[in-house]
Amino acid sequence: MNVGKKRHNVWLVLAALVVVVPFVPLVLWAFAGEWRFPELLPTEFSLRGWEEVFSGGNRVPEAVMNSLIIGAAATAASVAVGLPAGMAMGGYEFRFKGAVIFLILLPILVPPLASTMGIHLTFIRLGLSDTVFGVFLVHLIPTVPYTAIILTSVFADMTGEMEEAARSLGASPWQAFRHITLPQAVPGIAVAALFAFLVSWSQYILTVLIGGGSVITLPMLLFSAASGNDPVITSVLAILFALPALVVLVVALRFLKGDDESGVIGLGKPS
Amino acid sequence: MTAKLEIKNLSHRYRKGEEFAVSDLSLDVEPREFVALLGPSGCGKTTALKVISGLLAPTSGDVLVDGESILGVPPERRRAAMVFQKSLLFPNMSVEENVGFGLRMRKAGREESGRKVADALRQVRMDGFAYRRPGELSGGQQQRVALARALVTEPRLLLLDEPLSALDANLREEMRALVKRLQREGGYTTVFVTHDQEEAVVLADRIALLFGGELQMYDEPEAFYDRPASREAARFFGATNFIEGEAKNGSVDTPLGKLRLERSASPGETTLTIRPEAVRLDESGGENSFPATVSSATYLGTQVHYELEASGVVLRAALPPHVRLKKGDEITARLPAESLWALE
Repeated sequence: MNVGKKRHNVWLVLAALVVVVPFVPLVLWAFAGEWRFPELLPTEFSLRGWEEVFSGGNRVPEAVMNSLIIGAAATAASVAVGLPAGMAMGGYEFRFKGAVIFLILLPILVPPLASTMGIHLTFIRLGLSDTVFGVFLVHLIPTVPYTAIILTSVFADMTGEMEEAARSLGASPWQAFRHITLPQAVPGIAVAALFAFLVSWSQYILTVLIGGGSVITLPMLLFSAASGNDPVITSVLAILFALPALVVLVVALRFLKGDDESGVIGLGKPS
Repeated sequence: MTAKLEIKNLSHRYRKGEEFAVSDLSLDVEPREFVALLGPSGCGKTTALKVISGLLAPTSGDVLVDGESILGVPPERRRAAMVFQKSLLFPNMSVEENVGFGLRMRKAGREESGRKVADALRQVRMDGFAYRRPGELSGGQQQRVALARALVTEPRLLLLDEPLSALDANLREEMRALVKRLQREGGYTTVFVTHDQEEAVVLADRIALLFGGELQMYDEPEAFYDRPASREAARFFGATNFIEGEAKNGSVDTPLGKLRLERSASPGETTLTIRPEAVRLDESGGENSFPATVSSATYLGTQVHYELEASGVVLRAALPPHVRLKKGDEITARLPAESLWALE
C-alpha cells in the first residue's frame, strides 16, 4: 500500500465519521435510562423507549403500517407513470421536450403548501381528504417527478439499437421491450422505486394537510414526539424512521456495484 | 428459403423539406446473390438497409420479396436478419441465449432450438463459448456470435451493416472469409453495406455504388475497374487519370495526341480514363506513347506512385518498385489501347 492510497483511506474514514457521528447521540438517547446535563454519557441504560414504542396501546403499529402501505402504493404508481414518461423523454426527441420536462419537474419546484391547499379543497369535495387513498394520491406529487427524471436518465443511455437488433431477429415491439429493454433497465427502475419510497416515507406536510390528523404516519408521530419532552421516545422513533433509508442505501449500492453502467443514479441527463 | 429482393424507386427523407437520404433507388438482388451497397458515409446506404429491414418506412417507393411488397409487414415478420457494426449482443443473456433469441421469439421447440444454436455456434467457431456473457468476449468473437444469431433464424434476407468495420485489419480479413463462406453455404440473399471498396470487391457478386442517395453504378466488381460508369465511380475505385478529348473515327484527339481505344467511344466530347497501374513506360515508342516528365515519386514498398506531366496533363502511374525513376526524369509513357475507357 503506497502513501497516496493511505491518504485516500484517511479521507474515506473522515467522510464516514461526518456521516456517522451525528447519529451517535441519537443511538445513545434511544437506549438511555438516565442522562442529565453535565454528564458526557448516559449514567444508566435501559430499553424503556423501545418497550414503550413496541408495547402496543399506542399508534406506532398503525403509523408504520400506514407509512408502508402508502409508500408501497406511491412507489408502484409512480414507477407505473414514470416508466413510460422516462422512456419517452430519454428515448425520443420530440417538440417541446424541454417544456414537458419542466412540467414534470414543476411539482418538486413549487412549494407543496401552495398547491396542496387548493388540492385539499378539491379532495374535500370528492371525499378524499382524511383517507389513506387521498394521502397516497397527494404523495404522488413529489414521487412521480423523481421517478420520471431518474428513469429518463436510464433510457437516455439506451440507444434503441438493441431493440432494432431484436426486431430484425423476430421480436415484436412488446417482446423487444420485455426481453431486451426492461431487463437492462431493472437496476435503474429499482433505484427510482427506492427513491420514490423514501420520498413518500418521509413526507410530513402533505400527509398532515390531506390526512387531516385521521391518517397517522410515522413522520407525524415523530414530529409530535419531537415537540414533546421525551428525547428517548423521539430517538427510538427517529431510528425507526431512518431504518428504510439505510436499507435503501445498501440495496441501491448493491444494484449499482458490479454494474459498469452506474449512470443510473446521475440525474444529469434529462434531455 | 432464399428470396429475390427488388427495390423499386425507393426514396426516403427523414424530415419534410430536408434533402433525400435515398432518392429513386432501384435495385434487383437475385436469390443467393451477395450485393454490396457501397459509398462514402452519408450516402444513404444504411438508410436503404433500414428500409429493407422494416425499421424505417420509406417516403416513397416499394420493396418486394419474391414479387410481393413487404412494406406492410412489420420487421419481426420480414425474416430479414440484420448484423450491425456494433455486435449489439444482449448483455443480459449468455452467448447461447443470444443466438437462441430469434428461435425463442418464434416459439421454436427447446430441442430443435438447442440443436440449431449449437450448429450455428460451431459454424462461426464459437462452440465452447456458449455460457459466456457478451462482455467476456473480444470484439471479433462478439461479431461472430452476432452473425450466428442472425443466421440461426434462417433469414430470407441477410442484411449486414458494416459488420466488419469495427474490427482490426487482420481480424477483418478472417471475418470476410467467414462471412463469404457462410453466405455461400446458406445461400442467403445478402445486402452488405460498406464504405470500403476493397471489402465490397472481395465479398460481393455485384456492387451498388451510391453517392448522395443516388445510385451511380450497379455492376460486377470488375466493371468498376474496367468500365466505370462515371468519373465519380472511377475515382472512388482509385482511377485518378482523366483526359479530356474529342472522339472521331475510332480514336480520340487529346492534348497528348491521338489515342486509339480498343473499345470505341461514341463521337463527340469525351473523357478518357485509365487506371494508374495500367500506365506503361515504353522507350520504343509505338501506339499511344508520348514524352512525359516525372514530377513526383512516392515509394510505397510494393509499388512506386509517380506523377507524370505531359503537354499540360498530369497523369498518375503506379509502377513496380524495380523501375526507379527520379523527379525530373524524361521518359516515354504509353497508355495501352485496351486499358483506356471513354466515360459518358
